[in-house]
Amino acid sequence: MSKNSAEYLINRKGNQYEVVIGLEVHAQVLSESKLFSTSATKFGAEPNTQVSLVDAAFPGMLPVINEFCVKQAIKTGIGLNAKINKRSVFDRKNYFYADLPQGYQISQFKDPIVGEGKVILDMPDGQKEVGIERLHLEQDAGKSIHDLDPQNTFVDLNRSGVALMEIVSKPDLRSPEEVSSYIKKLRSIMRYLGTCDGNMQEGSLRADVNVSVRVRGSKEFGTRCEIKNVNSIKFMQMAIEYEANRQVDLIEEGKSIDQETRLFDTKKNETRSMRSKEDAHDYRYFPDPDLLPLEVSDKFINDLKNNIPELPDDKKKRFIDEFKLSPYEATILVSDIDTAKYFEEVVSKMGKNKDMKLAVNWITGELFAVLNNKNLEISQSPVSAKNLAILVNLIKNGTISGKIAKTVFELMLDGDKDPQKIVEEKGLKQQSDPKAIEALIDKIINNNREKAIEYKSGKEKLFGFFVGQAMKASGGKANPQLINEILKKKLQ
Amino acid sequence: MSDITKQSLTELVENIKNKKLSSTDITKSFIERSEKSKELNAYITDNFTSALDKAKKFDQKPNLDLKLPGIPMAVKDLFCTKDVKTTAGSKILNNFVPTYESTVTENIWNEGAILLGKLNCDEFAMGSSNETSFFGNVQNPIDKNLVPGGSSGGSASALAGQLTPITIGTDTGGSIRQPASFTGTVGLKPTYGSCSRYGIVAFASSLDQAGPMAQNVKDCALLQEVISTYDPKDSTSIDFKRNQYSKELNNNIKGKKIGIPKEYRVDGMPKEIEDLWQKGIQYVKECGAKTIDISLPHTSYALPTYYIVAPAEASSNLARYDGVKYGFRAKGENLIDMYEKTRSEGFGAEVQRRIMIGTYVLSSGYYDAYYLKAQKVRKLIKNDFDEAYKKVDAILTPSTPSSAFKIGEKTDDPVSMYLNDIFTVPVNLAGLPGISIPAGHDSKGYPLGLQIIGKAFDEQNILNIAFAMEEKINFKNKITDWWIE
Repeated sequence: MSKNSAEYLINRKGNQYEVVIGLEVHAQVLSESKLFSTSATKFGAEPNTQVSLVDAAFPGMLPVINEFCVKQAIKTGIGLNAKINKRSVFDRKNYFYADLPQGYQISQFKDPIVGEGKVILDMPDGQKEVGIERLHLEQDAGKSIHDLDPQNTFVDLNRSGVALMEIVSKPDLRSPEEVSSYIKKLRSIMRYLGTCDGNMQEGSLRADVNVSVRVRGSKEFGTRCEIKNVNSIKFMQMAIEYEANRQVDLIEEGKSIDQETRLFDTKKNETRSMRSKEDAHDYRYFPDPDLLPLEVSDKFINDLKNNIPELPDDKKKRFIDEFKLSPYEATILVSDIDTAKYFEEVVSKMGKNKDMKLAVNWITGELFAVLNNKNLEISQSPVSAKNLAILVNLIKNGTISGKIAKTVFELMLDGDKDPQKIVEEKGLKQQSDPKAIEALIDKIINNNREKAIEYKSGKEKLFGFFVGQAMKASGGKANPQLINEILKKKLQ
Repeated sequence: MSDITKQSLTELVENIKNKKLSSTDITKSFIERSEKSKELNAYITDNFTSALDKAKKFDQKPNLDLKLPGIPMAVKDLFCTKDVKTTAGSKILNNFVPTYESTVTENIWNEGAILLGKLNCDEFAMGSSNETSFFGNVQNPIDKNLVPGGSSGGSASALAGQLTPITIGTDTGGSIRQPASFTGTVGLKPTYGSCSRYGIVAFASSLDQAGPMAQNVKDCALLQEVISTYDPKDSTSIDFKRNQYSKELNNNIKGKKIGIPKEYRVDGMPKEIEDLWQKGIQYVKECGAKTIDISLPHTSYALPTYYIVAPAEASSNLARYDGVKYGFRAKGENLIDMYEKTRSEGFGAEVQRRIMIGTYVLSSGYYDAYYLKAQKVRKLIKNDFDEAYKKVDAILTPSTPSSAFKIGEKTDDPVSMYLNDIFTVPVNLAGLPGISIPAGHDSKGYPLGLQIIGKAFDEQNILNIAFAMEEKINFKNKITDWWIE
């Protein structure tokens, strides 16, 4: 690991500890129906309205694999640059719980559908590669609701049988920031692929976080604790920070760390022991005899491969090569598929004579600020890509100044108005007639002769005063570049 | 017509088609006889009122193009039947009424048959004598206090006792063939994947297979023709070309090569069984077939393998009976307590024993030594058959190592009970079809069966061999109606 300033270390009495993190991300497959049944998967439906006899494990009911979910998992595997296993096996993970109707979860244990892969993170100090151990398909459980009744627990089986992809990383992550970046990157890739909506509020993306610590430079891994089911990036970061410090404190006190499963209490900002290794379930995994091994052909995989859209890393490279964006700008624009789409539409609508820098600045500056204020996704942007492109072109070809453009932009927000029309209707067109500007400047210099003399004798700060006066006199419409040029000439 | 219930399925269908009998006549006769046969305890649930209604409806507008036109029949209570209680012989499903129909029974009703009722069986099909049923023992019509075999004991008893003209059972380790053998009837376990498992209460998913039980081979072939369909709702259902088994039934087996496996000559096998086998060899020779001595070297491992694989799958399949969603629920202090009480009170001793065995062999630390090894041995057993079938077309063995035994005789000794399945279990492990046909009687006059094992998907061949042998054997069941009031 590089010894740069971004290295995340925990210091105690001169000892430096490194944090080792691996994630098991549970990503809900974007699919109309469940992994082994035809029930719907829509979020937020009335309890127990999306439950088939298979989902509720009625006697004699049998699972039938949903081919679409298999495709989604393979596509995700391709997006993770991973090996696709042509033969995979569904296993039963046996345990009793009220919201697990079958008494087992159908998952993949020994032979997952996707093997090793990798994900590239764009960190402030450069790129970092994170290894993917595997991706497997499994069923989600139902939901136990404990707080509706003092005596009883209610069970909602709508989620029971929904397809999940469990994406297991290698223990390659070293800081909460990297975890955040990793989750965002995974989410970005899956959203590009349309395989998971990545909506953490609705539980479409959640993770078990494995944390251990070790003295910096040590090759051995420390004993790890698994923090179960954390459902936001912020909580993951908080949980890691708490847990890493807890473990370091134990080591410093000369105590040992128990391998255990822990829960993160978001209210108290602490992790708590859930069960120790000794109490761990014996899941009695064995191949599900109701399902044959899943076999996919090369053609099946290649057909999916050939239809994979451009993914963030490739898009970023293209933005840099083709549009001459900085890596930083490109990273921001590709991180979310809708932002990238918006940007590319702006680019295409700008036509031949385009100013890429200007477009980027407007998207990441003004537009992002508005979206942020109004709490909107870019897909809900009040200003269409087409109109933003027109606005940028108006600046580029000198029709309006950047300053006027901000006024125009404000007016565009109300009903996605055409900036061209706003400029015409409000008479905001920039004055670019040198003669008119010269006349204007002559008048100002005439009215401020003393200041002109002061300027000429070396008080150069006064130049701004003259620019301001000229702008004011033109009602802000004079071309600032022309003002500059003519003023310089006149004041020589 | 008092002798309606004595008629075979083929005769009944013929009589319906040429309008000599109505569905109502037939249905009434079987209901009347069933009602006089309570002592057999073959039924768990009767459907007589509804059956008679349906028969009348059928007669109003008879569709005589169907394969089972207006034919009443009772089925093993392991098949889920829409709106008719389905218990699997267990207290835990004592009150369970499915809202859906199994594919196999659906196929039967689609061909015009009418449900008479649900037949007794060992609890979750775990047993070889029908003594593990929550609903009590079933009597073998052959003799009082004789077990009918199991797990399809109610089916075999009802069939032999003429309470139903035909029936269906399920066979995980011999549950169709052994009771057929014990009751002097014909029972076919089809190739794994031939009949859909959809809607059948699962015991051991990789072994379970539904199959027909009948008075004779032709009836058996007809029923197999009806129940065997490819079903996308069962991922292990196989889409192969199915024969018109009854139409293609043919007693010409000249030149067929029949394997006689030496490993089936087990220690302590009664001489009567050995003699029966020899007689069987004679019969096939008389039919013009050749017999060839073969070896199935891993046969002795079949039973231990079966008693690891089947309980392992069962322990997981039966996890869903937890009192949460349907079926019996005992009151408990909390969730765990409710689970424990529900399952302790809801399952009988044999089921609990197998759940425990299954849980044990799947446990981490034991999985490799038991389950994984058993799967490897299973493969070897399958290979034995594959090797044998390079030389022969079918294999002839006894169906069981003994004739039917007395109720209570083996209940205290599960291992001796398990030994009953010694000749049938390898067939399930290898996923092959096997048919048991009645071939003679022992000194007590109890029926004995012979088993013909075929290649996968080769049901037609073993039905043909059975058909040819049936003619030679000319078996007559000795039934005295001792139980009729």
